[in-house]
Amino acid sequence: MGIDTENQEIENNIKKISLNLFKENKVDLIIGYKKGTLPLMAQPIIIDKEEDVDKLVWNNLCYVNLAKYLVPRIPKFVDAEKGNLRVGVVSKGCVGRALIHLASEKQLNLEEIKIIGFSCNGVINRQRIEQEIGQKEIREVFVKDDKIHVKGKDFELSFPYEEYLNELCKVCKVKSPPITAELSDVCVGECQEYSSISDDFNDVSDFELKTAEEKWEYVKNSLDICTRCYACREACPMCYCNLCFVDQNKPVWFGKTTDTSDIMVFHLIRAMHMAGRCVGCGACSSVCPVGIDLYLINRKLEEIVKRRYEFTSGLDPKILPPMMSYEMEESEEFMLEED
Amino acid sequence: MTVQTEESKSSNEDWKPKIIAFLCNWCSYAGADLAGVSRIQYPPSIRIVRVPCSGRVNPYFIIKSLTDGWDGVLISGCHPGDCHYLTGNLVARRRFAILNELLQFFGIEPGRVNFMWASAAEGERFAMLVRKATSIVKKLGPNNKFEKKW
Ligand code: SF4
Ligand code: SF4
Repeated sequence: MGIDTENQEIENNIKKISLNLFKENKVDLIIGYKKGTLPLMAQPIIIDKEEDVDKLVWNNLCYVNLAKYLVPRIPKFVDAEKGNLRVGVVSKGCVGRALIHLASEKQLNLEEIKIIGFSCNGVINRQRIEQEIGQKEIREVFVKDDKIHVKGKDFELSFPYEEYLNELCKVCKVKSPPITAELSDVCVGECQEYSSISDDFNDVSDFELKTAEEKWEYVKNSLDICTRCYACREACPMCYCNLCFVDQNKPVWFGKTTDTSDIMVFHLIRAMHMAGRCVGCGACSSVCPVGIDLYLINRKLEEIVKRRYEFTSGLDPKILPPMMSYEMEESEEFMLEED
Repeated sequence: MTVQTEESKSSNEDWKPKIIAFLCNWCSYAGADLAGVSRIQYPPSIRIVRVPCSGRVNPYFIIKSLTDGWDGVLISGCHPGDCHYLTGNLVARRRFAILNELLQFFGIEPGRVNFMWASAAEGERFAMLVRKATSIVKKLGPNNKFEKKW
């Protein structure tokens, strides 16, 4: 089965489930994706009536992690009289994971949510395609026969689908939203139970072979062009602080310039704050205007918490995230000890 | 804040690293005190900041120290189980574990930022570990990575 037929099937399912949810009055609103105004990007859409269900789409351009709209809840999701509205969320694996992780951080009440799950087949690495196309204007993008076709005024190019997937999608192990026994009525559509996820983290261990100097150079060179626009933060479903440390000015902890030190510090602390929380959706990389891929840093975080605390974010709302808990006996090999 | 230039710093054989040390009030600071009153020798490389608990040590303190040009950072708290606030050091340990790995991922040499436990009765151990931390940082040379030059 080609990617295009698979997408069509997913899309039809989303529409069917959404329609049912409205018919059975189980949700007030549904948030999903619609065809974007730009060719290389689908857009989020919030629908509140049956007729609009037809606007929902699924394709490999749906980068946005929709969980972002729920914490904090955007005004549209709150009614003056009824309070929090019941929201159906069109969920690929990482959106489901984000919702569940947010629930484990007590930011979200899953009872007000319906996870419209399906098994995701990945999103395209938009940055890479744009880089390959260069200055030319893209007018149409579609996936057919496992190829990504990009059309413009006087060119038509195709890229192998597997290779041009978002880096995090290539290693994704949670294609459908995770579910536990207690969540069975939160999830409609295709969800899956993951008891634990095995991952070899080869990509990370390759990097670990480098010397400190090489690592510094590598990370520095890949982040050098960061303009500190904070789009990565804005797109991330886990970044919901009222006041981000970079915006804080009492005290001013870190510089706000694009000096190497400031950039590195921003990304180091962003990573620190994502430990055990990043759900690997790749939204941050998809939105970066200068094409920085935060993939490796996010993978490293996943690897650390998996190795140290046997934790994978967003699988079970009952399990406390590692940075919210502690244990008496724990490996502390990094501590300074007498010889 | 440094008068020496980068070159003179690193080429200087008897260059002495400057290490900022965050010591918890109840154990490590008292341990340092004990080392002092017992006249145990340790290098004068550390400058101590007293904090209520190792759990008070925000990762920002550590990173900020590096951007401010300290050559090393040392954080010391009570042994697990001895925390005055019961679990402050356990919370801190997780934070440090992750910060430590991330620092190394970003290319900070292992040993520039050190973590240790020392109780109020361990003046000897405190001095010994400060000696060790100093020699590690001395080997690594001046911190020139995160330091903000202007
Ligand atoms: S850090 Fe990036 S990949 Fe991780 S949850 Fe946030 S947006 Fe998704
Ligand atoms: S989106 Fe890109 S340029 Fe903007 S702050 Fe993040 S990494 Fe830097």
